[in-house]
Amino acid sequence: MDLNLTETQRLVRQTARTFAQERVLPGARERDRKELFPAELLRELAGLGLMGVNVPAAYGGAEAGAVAYALAMMEMAAACASTAVAMAVTNMCAELICAFGSEEQKRTHVSRLVSGDAVAGAFALSEPQCGSDAAGLTTTAARRGGDWVLNGSKQWITSGAHAGVMVVWARTGAPGSRGLSAFIVEGGTRGLLVGPPEDKLGLRASNTVPLVFEDCVLPGSALLGGEGEGFKLAMMALDGGRIGIASQACGVTRAALEATVRYVRDRQAFGKHLAQFQAVRFMLANIKTELSAAEALTLRAAWCKEHQRSFTQEASMAKLFASEMANRACDKAVQLHGGYGYTDEFPVERYLRDARVQTIYEGTSEIQRVVIAREVLRAAS
Amino acid sequence: MDFELNELQRHTQQLCREFAARELIPHARAWDEEHRFPAEAVKHLAELALLGVAVPEQYGGAGLDNVAYAVAIEEISRGCASTGVILSVNNSLYCDPVLKYGTEEQKQAFLVPFARGEKLGCFGLTEPEAGSDAAAQKTTAVRKGDSYAINGSKNWITNGPVADAIVLFAMTNREAGNKGISAFLVPTDSPGFIRAKPDRKMGICAAHCCSIFFEDCRVPAKNLLGGEGDGFKIAMSTLDGGRIGIAAQALGIARAAFEEARSYALERKTFGQPIAQHQAIQFMLADMATELDAARLLTHQAALRKDAGVRHSAESAMAKLYASEMASRVANKALQVFGGQGYSKEFDAERHVRDARITEIYEGTSEIQRLVISAGLLKD
Repeated sequence: MDLNLTETQRLVRQTARTFAQERVLPGARERDRKELFPAELLRELAGLGLMGVNVPAAYGGAEAGAVAYALAMMEMAAACASTAVAMAVTNMCAELICAFGSEEQKRTHVSRLVSGDAVAGAFALSEPQCGSDAAGLTTTAARRGGDWVLNGSKQWITSGAHAGVMVVWARTGAPGSRGLSAFIVEGGTRGLLVGPPEDKLGLRASNTVPLVFEDCVLPGSALLGGEGEGFKLAMMALDGGRIGIASQACGVTRAALEATVRYVRDRQAFGKHLAQFQAVRFMLANIKTELSAAEALTLRAAWCKEHQRSFTQEASMAKLFASEMANRACDKAVQLHGGYGYTDEFPVERYLRDARVQTIYEGTSEIQRVVIAREVLRAAS
Repeated sequence: MDFELNELQRHTQQLCREFAARELIPHARAWDEEHRFPAEAVKHLAELALLGVAVPEQYGGAGLDNVAYAVAIEEISRGCASTGVILSVNNSLYCDPVLKYGTEEQKQAFLVPFARGEKLGCFGLTEPEAGSDAAAQKTTAVRKGDSYAINGSKNWITNGPVADAIVLFAMTNREAGNKGISAFLVPTDSPGFIRAKPDRKMGICAAHCCSIFFEDCRVPAKNLLGGEGDGFKIAMSTLDGGRIGIAAQALGIARAAFEEARSYALERKTFGQPIAQHQAIQFMLADMATELDAARLLTHQAALRKDAGVRHSAESAMAKLYASEMASRVANKALQVFGGQGYSKEFDAERHVRDARITEIYEGTSEIQRLVISAGLLKD
């Protein structure tokens, strides 16, 4: 056992930290206020190799591994959770196409995602009537000659209005999980309509849109993996995606903790600094302890993934623990800032709003518990 | 980076797991009920070199690292939490400071037989009026020629009723506060060393503790551990290690509770199906498993830092705080899964709740851990 970072991991973290603090952090509040999608920053991220951290160099990636990816996500999220989620989904799409795509699909689409040509990737699984129960989705893909024709709608699609490359799930067969297939869809394809952005509680600089497919024609080569393999692909991608969200939660929490430590050292009440009150110190101690545990769970899941161990349970534990921890911590951070914490002059209210979605997307806390319970009960029987 | 145990650590885990299954689990409930010290089991653990896990072989120990130590305490505590703390006290609170601060002569007399398990050690810091506030000690040690005369009392001394020696803290210079405390190695057969009868406790009933009175107890000057005034530093650094042991003990208790609840949930039926099929039960099990893993990672992280020889006060405190509170939550949930049977002495669930409770108190309460953690966070 050895929890020291490798040279590569340290380097990736440092690269991400420097960029996040110098380039991403300064505009974060403004982008949140005005709902500005960070397109330019995403291009710069791609230039640093951060859009394909765990993607083989042959397809333009940094090939630095899943742990380095988690570390980079933590850094980005500590500066701007909206930028971080666009980065996360792009990495997830690139990894998914790398894992299941044909050589041609990898050459074409992964390179575009990783180089920034595609601006961002998007992952289109959820629908208006089906989120957690992905096997129930109703978007259809029908064969017509050598082509596929997609019809239906998708909901909550991160970066959907900007993404040059999307992975879209549709039903190609019978009801249930075995009738689903995944497709690669380029942004701007005829028949793909992008709806108006959602007005959200948090992640306001992230673009979230509904998509409608109206007789959207895709070439035969758009099928990703085999026909009927869609559900498997989605679950595998989400296992990895959950490490990304867990990392995002850790990053946001670290920022909230740092901001709060600064504040309580500065602010005085009853003749002393807030930092000298035991009630304040105890809250900070709890945040620090839970954050350390969440970071360890997250890096363990990433390490398991990197070393080809099964990591479904580990990823769900990391995502469940980190996201719920982030909400508790950011809530306390607002509390410790008092009235100031409730205004956007301080960043903690944004952290709280940004953390809130983490217990929901890429599998709600409830879905994580279903996954974990299934795994721990299977281990015993 | 490597999240897996190495071969020696895995071997230790396997050895302890088998030992617990064979020699602890079948007896733990009876030992608890009868408040019986597990003398036979401790003797067998000594033969496996587990009384001095992280003590170098040249001093009678197993020469393993602190991750192996944490793994061993977890597995032993999974079988019997009382046995876990008996071991943890001898390893962390007794052997560790003698190894770190003792002279060669002191190590030969006060470490080797204890690491080998021929003798058992204990640790005397807490007093009736000085627990968390260790600097408020009243026990005094006054130099008289070639010896010190010790007067005062200590309480809650785990292993006290059976120990052969104690690492004892006493004031040698009251005006100096923290810096006036010194540590001594005191054989328990010294004249003036008086043990009260074992305390009656809520849990860890097979691990005995008692008050100890010192009535002009004479200790040779050469038994001073470290220098005069080094006592507080020795106590704090010892507790940094001890907290890893208690975190590991908490892990073991929580694992016992979790594994038993999980087995029970798969067998017990309500409304026509095993209760493990009910989502309310599944979610409890998922939370228990997640928090257990979180606590284990924090514990091993602290152990790794101790092995690396770097300061690990905050890491040990985080591991101890989180693991102990986790153990109480998990043990309570496990009892809930068992329903009425969980409340019955015919099952182990209620013992796990009682055993878990102390981990939030001894070797620094949760409140003291939070002070340590926040001090690390807020220091300039």
